Amino acid sequence: MDSLTIIISVSIIAAGLAIAIGGYGPARSLGEALSKALEAIARQPEASAQIMRTVFVGMALIESIAIYAFVIALIILFANPLIGYIVK
Amino acid sequence: MRKISVFPETVLSIGPVHITNTVITTWFVMAVIITVCYFAKRDLSLRPSVFQEVLEAIFEAIEKTIKDVLPVDPWLVVPVLGTLWILIGFSNLAGLIPGLTTPTADLNTTFAFAVISYSMTHVFGIATQGIKGYLSHYKEPTWMLLPFHLIAEATRTVALAVRLFGNMLSGEMIAVILLGIAGLLVPIPFSLLHIVIGLIQAYIFGVLTLVFIAGGIRTKP
Repeated sequence: MDSLTIIISVSIIAAGLAIAIGGYGPARSLGEALSKALEAIARQPEASAQIMRTVFVGMALIESIAIYAFVIALIILFANPLIGYIVK
Repeated sequence: MRKISVFPETVLSIGPVHITNTVITTWFVMAVIITVCYFAKRDLSLRPSVFQEVLEAIFEAIEKTIKDVLPVDPWLVVPVLGTLWILIGFSNLAGLIPGLTTPTADLNTTFAFAVISYSMTHVFGIATQGIKGYLSHYKEPTWMLLPFHLIAEATRTVALAVRLFGNMLSGEMIAVILLGIAGLLVPIPFSLLHIVIGLIQAYIFGVLTLVFIAGGIRTKP
């Protein structure tokens, strides 16, 4: 195997692992945040507007971690900086 | 079938200026917004038509959201932030029209929005409490934390840009990939989800900017 083949195949595996591991944590924490928010709304329905706003912002912040993993996977797949060392 | 591309394609170039499809779609979105505003402004009345009612409801929702978070007069921020909100909302939905690409699925656009939000934080902070008062919040609680304040400034701006970019791009890519796998009806629920995500992300971009501005303002007790 020449070095270009090695880099490309390792990149594909690394992109898959990045999105798999990077999606696992945020998915669990999103579920936890949502279930806690639903509990809070069930206990205090009159405060639901404020709770929903906070939850939306908080979930966006949690979700952004999964988005970072996605962007890194995209960089590995579409704009791999390491191929430049091999292909001059 | 549309190609999956992370970078914008150059459509035409005038000298050193390259005009990409992102720019053209943004112009289209701006034209749509300006046209809507022109027709809305033309026949305003105290007895509103349905069109005017809808626009006023959107406007009041924006004002109320800002009033809930900001400790000072909301009209300081409403014009800029409302414009940013509406522009991002329309841009996120523009990709649903065939032939147009989502402008916010391009990192250049979202970074421009994030830089606007970053400047707004400082401008409104300085405008409300003066340069000295504004800069003094960097030395709280101690001088030791100054580097962390500066790092936080940079990372939250980058995070703002990358979040919007990643969400919009992932929505488009999922639709294209599913179209390659399954054909006609399968991508439709994901497109519906993409509409919801686009609106929520526009809302979140504005709310986070608002929270940063409110954090920079800090009214004195």
